[in-house]
Amino acid sequence: MLIKSIFLYCALVIITTAILTVRFRNPVHSVLAVLVLFFHMAGLYLLLNAEFLAAVQVIVYAGAILVLYLFVVFLVNVKKEIKTDRFIASYKIAAICSFLVFVLLIAGSRSFLIGPSGKWTIEAVNRITHTKAIGSEIFSTYVLPFEIVALILLVAVIGGILLAKQDKQEDFSIHKKRFPQLKEDNSA
Amino acid sequence: MIPVSWYLSLSGILFCIGLYGFLTRRNVIVMFLCIELMLNAANLNFVAFSHYLSDLRGQVLTFFIIAVAAAEAAIGLGIVMALYRNKQTVYSDEINELKG
Repeated sequence: MLIKSIFLYCALVIITTAILTVRFRNPVHSVLAVLVLFFHMAGLYLLLNAEFLAAVQVIVYAGAILVLYLFVVFLVNVKKEIKTDRFIASYKIAAICSFLVFVLLIAGSRSFLIGPSGKWTIEAVNRITHTKAIGSEIFSTYVLPFEIVALILLVAVIGGILLAKQDKQEDFSIHKKRFPQLKEDNSA
Repeated sequence: MIPVSWYLSLSGILFCIGLYGFLTRRNVIVMFLCIELMLNAANLNFVAFSHYLSDLRGQVLTFFIIAVAAAEAAIGLGIVMALYRNKQTVYSDEINELKG
C-alpha cells in the first residue's frame, strides 16, 4: 500500500511537470519543471531496485545535462520569448497524432506478458550489492557497447567544441552588425 | 507489488506528452527538452522490464541511453548556438533556408 502510494505520487508529479514543461512560456521555467521530473524519475528507479541508476539519473541528467540546457537558454532573449507564440500554427494535427500514438501504446501494453525470470533476482543482487552487479554485467557481457559509448562521447566532445567555436573574424562582423557605429580595427 | 502495466502506462503517457511538445513547440531548446522526456519514458520502460524479469540487461541499456543522451544534448545545443550566431533566432519555423 505504501509502495503504491509512493508510485502514484511520483507518477502524478511526473505527468504534471511534463505537461507544465510543454505549456510554460518561459524556457527557464520549462527547464526547472524538467528538473523536478528527473528527481521523481530517480524516485521511481529506487522503487524498482535500481539504486545505481537513480544516482546516475540525479548526477548526470539533473546535474550535468540540465545545467547545459540552462546555459544555452540564457542565450535566448527571454523578454521576446514571452511575447511570441509558443506553438506552431498546425498544433491540432500534432495533438491528434500524439493522441493516436498514446492509444496505440496503451493498447499494445495490454497484451504484455512477463517472460521467464533471469538470474539476477533481488536476493542475488543484494548478496554482492547493486553497483557491483551492474558493473560486472557492463564490463563482461557488454564490454563492446561500452567501448562504442566511449567513442560516441569522444565524438560529442569534438563536435561540441567545433560547433560552438567562434572565429575571430566572424566575431567582429557580428559586433559590427549589432553596433554599426564600430569602426574597423586595422591592427587586428 | 505494483503491476507492470502501471509503469508501462506512465511511460506511454510521458512519451506522448514529449511527442506533443516536440511536434508543437516553436523554440528549439524546448524541443530538445521534449526529446529528453521521450528518452526518460524509454528508460522507465527498460528499468521496469529489468525489475520484473530479474535481469540486469535493461539497466545496462538505460546506462548507455543516459550516456547517448548526454552526447546528444552537447551536440544539439552546439547546433543551437551556431544557429543563433548565424540567424539570431531559435524558432523552428523561422529557419526556412538551406543556404543562408
